[in-house]
Amino acid sequence: MSKPYVSVEGISRKFPGLTVFDNVWFGVNRGEFVCLVGHSGCGKTTILNILAGLDAPSEGVVLADGREIAGPSLERAVIFQGHALMPWLTAEQNVAFALGCKHKDWDSGRLRDAARRALEKVGLGAAMGKKPSELSGGMKQRVGIARAFAIDPKMMLMDEPFSALDALTRGSLQEEVSRLVTESGQTAFMITHDVDEAILLADRILLMTNGPMARVAEVVINTLPKPRVRATLHHQPGYHELRDHIMDFLITRSRTLAGTAPGDYDPRNPPEVRPAG
Amino acid sequence: MNRPVSAWRATLLSLVLLGAFLGAWELALQGAGQGGGPAVDPEYAALVGQAAATGGQTPMPKPSEIGARLFQLLSDPFYIRGPNDQGIGIQVAYSLGRVLLGFGIAALIAIPLGFVIGMSPLLNAALNPFIQVLRPVSPLAWMPLALFTIQDSSISAVFVIFICSIWPMLLNTAFGVSAVRREWLNVARTLEAGTWRTAFRVILPAAAPTILTGMRISIGIAWLVIVAAEMLVGGTGIGYWVWNQWNNLSIADICIAILLIGLVGLALDRLLGLLARAVAWHE
Ligand SMILES: Nc1ncnc2c1ncn2[C@@H]1O[C@H](COP(=O)(O)OP(=O)(O)OP(=O)(O)O)[C@@H](O)[C@H]1O
Ligand SMILES: [Mg+2]
Repeated sequence: MSKPYVSVEGISRKFPGLTVFDNVWFGVNRGEFVCLVGHSGCGKTTILNILAGLDAPSEGVVLADGREIAGPSLERAVIFQGHALMPWLTAEQNVAFALGCKHKDWDSGRLRDAARRALEKVGLGAAMGKKPSELSGGMKQRVGIARAFAIDPKMMLMDEPFSALDALTRGSLQEEVSRLVTESGQTAFMITHDVDEAILLADRILLMTNGPMARVAEVVINTLPKPRVRATLHHQPGYHELRDHIMDFLITRSRTLAGTAPGDYDPRNPPEVRPAG
Repeated sequence: MNRPVSAWRATLLSLVLLGAFLGAWELALQGAGQGGGPAVDPEYAALVGQAAATGGQTPMPKPSEIGARLFQLLSDPFYIRGPNDQGIGIQVAYSLGRVLLGFGIAALIAIPLGFVIGMSPLLNAALNPFIQVLRPVSPLAWMPLALFTIQDSSISAVFVIFICSIWPMLLNTAFGVSAVRREWLNVARTLEAGTWRTAFRVILPAAAPTILTGMRISIGIAWLVIVAAEMLVGGTGIGYWVWNQWNNLSIADICIAILLIGLVGLALDRLLGLLARAVAWHE
């Protein structure tokens, strides 16, 4: 494997009187799907914002493609937790706005056609002229997904994109994202609270201890074969071991491991585990 | 409590109430026209001038007389017979012209300035004391200063309109811009939208409903103030016309002016209401 596309090198983030996380190292390889799992408040959104360039680390650097991330970039698209669509624009105009930011020389006709194609890819061909207020929660998030994929970024950053949706909608959107990511060989980084979501989508799952002073306690390698399908996922050998391992971490070890690290802990290379064999 | 009411029933009730009001007015003045007038208070006489004091007839017209006068005025609203005798339509047009000019200049300054203030917390904090002190000043208090510096009564009236309509637009624009959702700004940033694209395609549409609310408040105040301003500076305009009719003791004309001022004010408000509907958005 060559150098990772994104390389997080010893970052910490401090607010007055609070060190959210400290000395965090990890990388995301090209074409890899990495999930970050941890309890509320451990700094997941903060890490994602730093990767997006919306926030900056107090210490350490993040390299993308070998260059330090200094600010937001069209190369790293963000799918926001609350869809973040502009309510005065239709679904099509929301996607066209993003396209227009990337392709400054395209005329409106070309932007419209490209926006339509992007929306058709997520099954929203019939809802293009609708404003966000006229769309269901799942449809809004689909527009958000279409907007992020339309600009063909080098990396996709997702902050709990499905947490506000009901289980059924969430399931179909997970498969949608899984398909889009696989089709385009997309590099992806996603925050989630949903263990099954992480197992379905991720190649590697980073487990964070509770904050403050949170750190990446271990890296779970997902060895379940791909393509993974939600309907049959729980029948796959190794699934239960994988799931139990992550659940155990979230329920007890995220708490017991919090605070000072054990003596043999190397922040640059957190222990890798393969619970599924 | 809030059952929807049918439009035609509400309209019917409005018409009945209007009819009852006008009928009562008409009846109350029936027969009061003849005979000696009420005893005249000397102070009142001084105020209304010679005609009322010595004429001794009741100056209060009946609705039917007002209606006839209204018809007469509106049958030729735009005549000009010398500087002191112009149709009522011309007078309203003068007032509207001043309001639109003063309001327009205020909007051209308040909206961009409010935009900058809303984007910069520093500027917001720095300018806030000035705005807070100047805003509650009655616009008419500026009149002497305007007359002194500008030396032109008509432009002074426009200035007074300008100064009274600038505050609501400035404050609303600044508030609307500063309250734009962080997530939309983050979307724009991650898309590298740039300052201008973010300002015009994200912040402006997001703040437009709040800005329009400010504009609507401003034009309402401007229309209130123009009548008083024109009474002071004289010459032309519906405010001057009201004052003039008061000196002529044409109470019917004053009633008509009140009606017209109300209707024009309503029209202005509706116009901005339509504009506000056009830029409104819903979550
Ligand atoms: N601007 C800020 N000023 C001070 N503290 C902040 C700020 N932003 C975040 N924090 C703190 O940083 C910590 C991590 O926040 P963050 O939003 O990254 O958590 P998270 O892991 O994403 O949580 P959740 O799962 O609830 O989304 C929290 O304790 C929060 O209070
Ligand atoms: Mg979060």
